[in-house]
Amino acid sequence: MTIAPEKTTVMVQLGLDDAWLSVCELDRLTPGRGVAALLPDGRQAAVFLDRAGRVHAVDNTDPFTGAAVLSRGLLGSALGRPFVASPLLKQRFDLETGRCLDDDTVSVRAYAVRAAQA
Amino acid sequence: MATDTAGTAQPTLVLVGHGMVGQRFLEAAAERGLTGTHRVVVLCEEPRPAYDRVHLTSYFSGTTPDELSMTDPEFIDKHGIELYVGDPAVVVDRDARVVHARSGLKVAYDTLVLATGSYPFVPPVPGKDATGCFVYRTIEDLYAIEDYAKNNATVGAVVGGGLLGLEAAGALQGLGLATHIVEFAPRLMPVQVDEGGGAALLKTISDMKIDVHTGVGTQEIVTDDASGAVRGMKLSDGSELATDLVVFSAGVRPRDQLARDMGLSVGERGGITVDERCRTSDPDVFAIGECALAADGRVYGLVAPGYEMALTAAAAIAEESTEASFTGADLSTKLKLLGVDVASFGDAHGATAGCLDVVYSDSRSGTYKKLVIGSEGELLGGILVGDAEAYGTLRALTGTVPPVAPEALVLPAGAGAPAQLGPDALPADAVICSCHNVTKGEICEHTSLPEVKKCTKAGTGCGSCVKLIGQLLPKSGDGGLCGCFGHTRQELYEIVRVKRVTAFAQLLDEHGREAARGGEGCEICKPAVGSIIASLAPSIGADGYVLDGEQAALQDTNDHFLANLQKNGSYSVVPRIPGGEITPDKLIVIGEVARDFGLYTKITGGQRIDLFGARVDQLPMIWTRLVDAGFESGHAYGKSLRTVKSCVGQTWCRYGVQDSVRMAIDLELRYRGLRSPHKLKSAVSGCARECAEAQSKDFGVIATANGWNLYVGGNGGMTPRHADLLAQDLSDAELIRLIDRFLMFYIRTADRLERTAAWLDRIDGGLDHVRDVVVHDSLGICDELEALMRAHVAHYRDEWAETLDDPERLSRFVSFVNAPDTPDPTVRFVPERDQIKPELPLIPLEGLAVR
Repeated sequence: MTIAPEKTTVMVQLGLDDAWLSVCELDRLTPGRGVAALLPDGRQAAVFLDRAGRVHAVDNTDPFTGAAVLSRGLLGSALGRPFVASPLLKQRFDLETGRCLDDDTVSVRAYAVRAAQA
Repeated sequence: MATDTAGTAQPTLVLVGHGMVGQRFLEAAAERGLTGTHRVVVLCEEPRPAYDRVHLTSYFSGTTPDELSMTDPEFIDKHGIELYVGDPAVVVDRDARVVHARSGLKVAYDTLVLATGSYPFVPPVPGKDATGCFVYRTIEDLYAIEDYAKNNATVGAVVGGGLLGLEAAGALQGLGLATHIVEFAPRLMPVQVDEGGGAALLKTISDMKIDVHTGVGTQEIVTDDASGAVRGMKLSDGSELATDLVVFSAGVRPRDQLARDMGLSVGERGGITVDERCRTSDPDVFAIGECALAADGRVYGLVAPGYEMALTAAAAIAEESTEASFTGADLSTKLKLLGVDVASFGDAHGATAGCLDVVYSDSRSGTYKKLVIGSEGELLGGILVGDAEAYGTLRALTGTVPPVAPEALVLPAGAGAPAQLGPDALPADAVICSCHNVTKGEICEHTSLPEVKKCTKAGTGCGSCVKLIGQLLPKSGDGGLCGCFGHTRQELYEIVRVKRVTAFAQLLDEHGREAARGGEGCEICKPAVGSIIASLAPSIGADGYVLDGEQAALQDTNDHFLANLQKNGSYSVVPRIPGGEITPDKLIVIGEVARDFGLYTKITGGQRIDLFGARVDQLPMIWTRLVDAGFESGHAYGKSLRTVKSCVGQTWCRYGVQDSVRMAIDLELRYRGLRSPHKLKSAVSGCARECAEAQSKDFGVIATANGWNLYVGGNGGMTPRHADLLAQDLSDAELIRLIDRFLMFYIRTADRLERTAAWLDRIDGGLDHVRDVVVHDSLGICDELEALMRAHVAHYRDEWAETLDDPERLSRFVSFVNAPDTPDPTVRFVPERDQIKPELPLIPLEGLAVR
């Protein structure tokens, strides 16, 4: 019997109120795209990986339509800051602050996020 | 019936005749407040209000009478104009100042405006009234010709080789008749062009298989003894021409009978005599347009002088102090007759003493250009046949000494012409739109074509100046695709093609704007570049599968999940049903899948079936069932070929002349999966009845007795556009080769999200340029375009079948990355009409900005 060598996995973790929640392995993310994660309180987060290898997370619900779709939007950058464009009506949200770049009065929640060895 | 004098408090203005000039008069009257101070009554003889007679012939290429209409019912209502359609004035009692209409209506007038237009001149030859003889003036004339041609004629002859005669000949040819033109003068269009221009025109028109007989008169229309219908005509050279139909188009005469009956002064050769303010011999009666004999002793048969008279009369009636007057007009014209550009302007025939000519003539290509130059070097006028590109600039320069030598203005580019004179060279007071007399200076105060049209009316008459206006307007931004790329889509396409770039990041880092390099790109350039790479994939060595590698990150969500995202986050699924043909068994499978997954079903406009309400995690299961039953992706989610719609065609339909269903299936299977700047729609109709609506498609095919006609650049949607005829009577192979070239040329040169309709309107040279490139291979790229399409066809794979075969690719179809078995609880439905509809969260949508 052979024992497989221990594999180190890097997990993507979201910072919730008091703890880090592991949502998936970092490998699961494609640069430039997002995935949706279900949070313990029933909310959803949209998690993204950018070209530089940084992970970002904002609330998955598009405030303009109410649909949980931001994870399916395209990642972009403007002036060096990453954003996601809603796949429905194309409004852009800054991934670090959650602020809508096309409407100052609208924003989504941004989550602290990290990639950590598990 | 009592005389109708409703609203006696206000003076009454009666307009007799509601053609283009009549309508322009009403607009001018409204602008001057006359509709507020007067009761305005219009008597219109034709069964429809004013329409665009200049573009009458476009009826035969699909423009409907509604589209030709120039009358906005809202305008008529808003200004309280009383418009009586189909009720001409028959008698005017000048003593009682009352107009009697045919219906018995009597209207008392204070001011009367006659805009009765003209009637077609029919030479007094025996048999001229026989069955099968027509004139070419109204929509009703067109209906009659079309009807008769379909049932009774295979050969048609037009008497008159002038402007309208050529239009009529084009119409007859379009109706499928072998067509003759009989012109008494020694050349075609004798009024507009000289001998050289006539020769160039003759060459081109003869090449179109229209038989031209010049220098002969019509002596008699020969009729069939039994039926009385036309069967031929006797010509002045003793020959006889067999024909089933005759259209008289030998000029027009002013309709001045009403004025004569009223006792108004008319000219010796007809036309109601008017002064410089368009007043007739009765100061309360005005005459405008083609019925009037202007103060310079001429009757004008063009719309622009008519419009000017309309403005003059309105100003005179409004007692404007500005001395608007009509003392004569420029007879400049630019026309496209049978696809040939013909223009003449200024002193086209060189009547000025001491003038000289500069002539360029190439009878091989049917091009003829002549400029008339005055003794001081000033441009006096000219004639352009075959290539009237420079018309707008030249006409505007008339009367001035051009800034470059005149020969440079007529030589083709590359033939020693030192400089092409652009619109920048025009002075601010150069008249750009001669229909509405709008100068360059007035146009340059605006920034967009719609704005120019709205504020100045420029470009809304004959339309010949629209291109020049476009060149005068500022270009928006720096022309770059987005904030990340300073290049246009076309430039990026060339970079990707030539440098064989297969990765977005590489393109961005090497060719992006400085500030954007190393970044992520954006939602505009990523899908655009993804589409370019996908279109070129087989030729540049990229993977054509849109879900793989870096390309996966470029696609909009619809392409990413191979389905169409709907408003509540669910997707719709559209299996391909080529040509709209489907077996009962497959239909049942679609029904079963929809039932089993609880999907909402709807028939689409493209003859297939849309299944709505699928959650992202259901897509693979749904497609497993569909692929097993032999379906493949319909690419409803892609900027790619959607459907090729068809009518049932020759196989079943008693009118069909070709197998439209087979052709639609062939085309759909050939171009399926082809990524393009925007979606592509197509249709094939089995006969000219056009049940498949091919003329509203990006490329549409209509069967003829001899093959297929190909139309391009059609569009429905927000800005409907009828497709333009690109080529006629093509064999199957010719048709496919031409579509291959057309599509690849479009993909290569269009902007992002630019449909073929907008592209054709935008691209320099328009349809003619595209025809030159794809039919005549003027750029020498057709082999390459065909090779690109062959590569596409050879490498096509069904995206859904490939996805289902690959667990890696399937892994993205999950609701939550950390809870793949939990369906998204926010995707909910409620029942409606025995199906489902999305249950939406309440989100206030008003005031939200949508980019």
